[in-house]
Amino acid sequence: MPKVIKIKKGLNIPLKGLAEKVLMRADMAETYAVKPADFPGLTPKLNVQVGDKVKAGNPLFHDKYRPEITFNSPVSGEVIEVRRGDRRVIEEVVVKADESISYEQFEASNPTQQNRDQVIDLLLKSGAWPYIRQRPYGIIANPADKPKAIFISCFDTAPLAADMDFIVNGEQESFQAGIDALKRLTDGEIHLGLNADFPASTVFGKVKGVQTHLFTGPHPAGNVGVQIHHIDPINKGEIVWVVNPSDVIIIGRLFLKGIYDASKVIALAGSDVIKPRYYRLISGTRIDSIIKDNLVKTENEHRIISGNVLTGTMVEKIGFLGFYDNMVTVIPEGKHHEFFGWMAPGLNKFSASRTFLAKLIPGRKYNLDTNINGGKRAYVLTGQYEKVLPMDIYPVHLIKAILANDIDKMEQLGIYEVVEEDFALCEYVCTSKIEVQEILRNGIESMIKELS
Amino acid sequence: MKALRRHLDKIKPHFQKGAKFGMFHSTFDAFETFLFVPDKVTSKGSHIRDFIELKRTMTVVILALMPAMLFGMWNVGYQHSLMIGELWTLWQNFWFGFLKVLPIIIVSYGVGLSIEFAFAQSRGHDVNEGFLVTGLLIPLIMPVNVPLWMVAIATAFSVIIGKEVFGGTGMNVFNPALLARAFLFFAYPSHMSGDKVWIAISEGDKVIDGFSGATPLANAAAHQMDKIPSIYDMFMGFIPGSIGETSTLAILIGAAILIFTGIGNWKIMLSTVIGGLTAGYLFNIFAVNPYMEVPAWHHLLMGGFAFGAVFMATDPVTAAQTDKGKWIYGFLVGFMALLVRVLNPAYPEGMMLSILLMNAFAPLIDYYVVDANIRKRLKRAKKVAKS
Repeated sequence: MPKVIKIKKGLNIPLKGLAEKVLMRADMAETYAVKPADFPGLTPKLNVQVGDKVKAGNPLFHDKYRPEITFNSPVSGEVIEVRRGDRRVIEEVVVKADESISYEQFEASNPTQQNRDQVIDLLLKSGAWPYIRQRPYGIIANPADKPKAIFISCFDTAPLAADMDFIVNGEQESFQAGIDALKRLTDGEIHLGLNADFPASTVFGKVKGVQTHLFTGPHPAGNVGVQIHHIDPINKGEIVWVVNPSDVIIIGRLFLKGIYDASKVIALAGSDVIKPRYYRLISGTRIDSIIKDNLVKTENEHRIISGNVLTGTMVEKIGFLGFYDNMVTVIPEGKHHEFFGWMAPGLNKFSASRTFLAKLIPGRKYNLDTNINGGKRAYVLTGQYEKVLPMDIYPVHLIKAILANDIDKMEQLGIYEVVEEDFALCEYVCTSKIEVQEILRNGIESMIKELS
Repeated sequence: MKALRRHLDKIKPHFQKGAKFGMFHSTFDAFETFLFVPDKVTSKGSHIRDFIELKRTMTVVILALMPAMLFGMWNVGYQHSLMIGELWTLWQNFWFGFLKVLPIIIVSYGVGLSIEFAFAQSRGHDVNEGFLVTGLLIPLIMPVNVPLWMVAIATAFSVIIGKEVFGGTGMNVFNPALLARAFLFFAYPSHMSGDKVWIAISEGDKVIDGFSGATPLANAAAHQMDKIPSIYDMFMGFIPGSIGETSTLAILIGAAILIFTGIGNWKIMLSTVIGGLTAGYLFNIFAVNPYMEVPAWHHLLMGGFAFGAVFMATDPVTAAQTDKGKWIYGFLVGFMALLVRVLNPAYPEGMMLSILLMNAFAPLIDYYVVDANIRKRLKRAKKVAKS
């Protein structure tokens, strides 16, 4: 029996609306978009103008400071809009899709017979490179670096998260090809984190050339950052790379077929969805193609999230699926006052604390909305974050070091090992309603600024 | 409720910044959020948030304080009836005590909350809930005979000097409630110790012969071991003492509530007890006077030890914040409390001074705990750099 790493700290938030394991084929959406905001720290420069025709795999924009990294169109069609936000920051580059996709043809190749430069070259050219992210900082990997290892978490413990085994089902060949390609990029190992509580699917179980590790425990056991921390923690000066399993498949397809085929399976979940299910669609799709006619009709507005409820991005109904996301969640907005809500016994209120009666009813699922449930305060309670962060890190001290902009302290307290998703539960449980993830990202940004 | 909400929504614009009553923005906000959970929704980070909030947290602590408070009220009457040598019913005792204690509570909340509101207003902050607990803790650690004006200035001192000068709730170094008591203890010592202050007494009360009104701690400090009440009386709380501190049983009920809900830290409570017992047994071993011979565990029942361990040492803001730090902090609180009690002739109650002292050292304890973590990370990095 391989060693199982037991994660004790953490919290599973039992939400209503888990996606049923039924795969639907989503209609082709009218428009698709790539959003620079999905890539923290990126300064985008446009390669196209409104009205240009592109094929799937043609660049839409690139990184101003590393022009070799391009962000390519997932579909073929016409660039119809470059939506800009405050200070003319590019928010979305929107492509109106052709009825059938024509792909830019790259050279298909067997990654095991390529050298590192050839693999990197193809990944960069095709626009698949941004799928590879680095730790520290959780930004797009730098092709000039050589990581000490590559980590892939093959299960997701976030609330209502997509079942990874299900979404990679039948993609064994592409997954293997993707792993082979990644293998060329590092001299170290490729680590797969597997869920110890279920037998691994064939895709993850039969893949060759990797080291597998078994994890069990509540969320965030499935976070790749937590897995790295327990397998081979990141020290100052070290770099590891991480890739999502569904993105490994996209990379694999690139080598097998020579095209940038960004289709993937995603979960549509949440209590406001009538039939939560899985959909096969193309990255960057406009979300209304899957949620129209599938939302509960209520007085409340809906909160549509690309990603999960802890770390996802709020999107409009006509918004687009995020680059790295493999789920869409829809929950009710919480814009309502509750009379003496803080005093109520709380039979329907899920809380990590045991101050609500709901805690006495096990196995119940909850319909949570987006209300903050209180007001912002200074830190009063202690030990809350530590209970949900299974890492040898002092989260409150790290957050305070960031607030004080103390670069040395941030480094000493372990900022290299974490990104927002690792602190998401801290933010969820916080009595003082402190915006932990935003603070952490600000800290990471000042690290990047100071140390580069 | 809908009508109330409508009314609030109607008058709300007048309290926005720049409007007619804009200067009372924080006050309006405090009342509004007291009545209704705000309709604010998340925009960044986690889209859902736990239902726990500071009001709820503080409510739980107040709930945990209820047994000690209610028993304290009864005991005030009971001790008074003993003193005048009459046998009162449960309700007579309670009613007498209720009328004695309520004014202290009202003064404490009245003064404290006014200052809190004024500071929140002037800083444009939300009103913090921290004082909801402090305001009840202060009366419970006062002798019942304390004059109300003293409660008022002690409360003002603790809120202004103990908390607001540091930036308000969450920023203070010392436990505000204990500061209030320490302030009175040093400013008006005659009203805070001795045999005359623990029993409610007013002019014209006839005291029966042989009634002393001394607390068990005072007995022990005077080496009058035969006068220390029985273990049963001390555990139940049928003894003179600060209003809420006498009944270990009532405090344990509160501790159970705090531990079950997770609001109070059991590690601190346990380690405080361990620290106290350690010091107590050491005294027993090296006993040179009767006070040092008092069985270690009796100390847990005497004076403010239990109350301090459950409600004061566990104050999350002023205690150590790291897990390891909490163990060390609690142990030292308990240990120092007995040192002060037994070895120092001037202060019969060591718990208050011990907790205040450790409040000052808590950041240092945390510093070393966090530093150990930092060193570990450095060592790991060095090992990698070498290989």
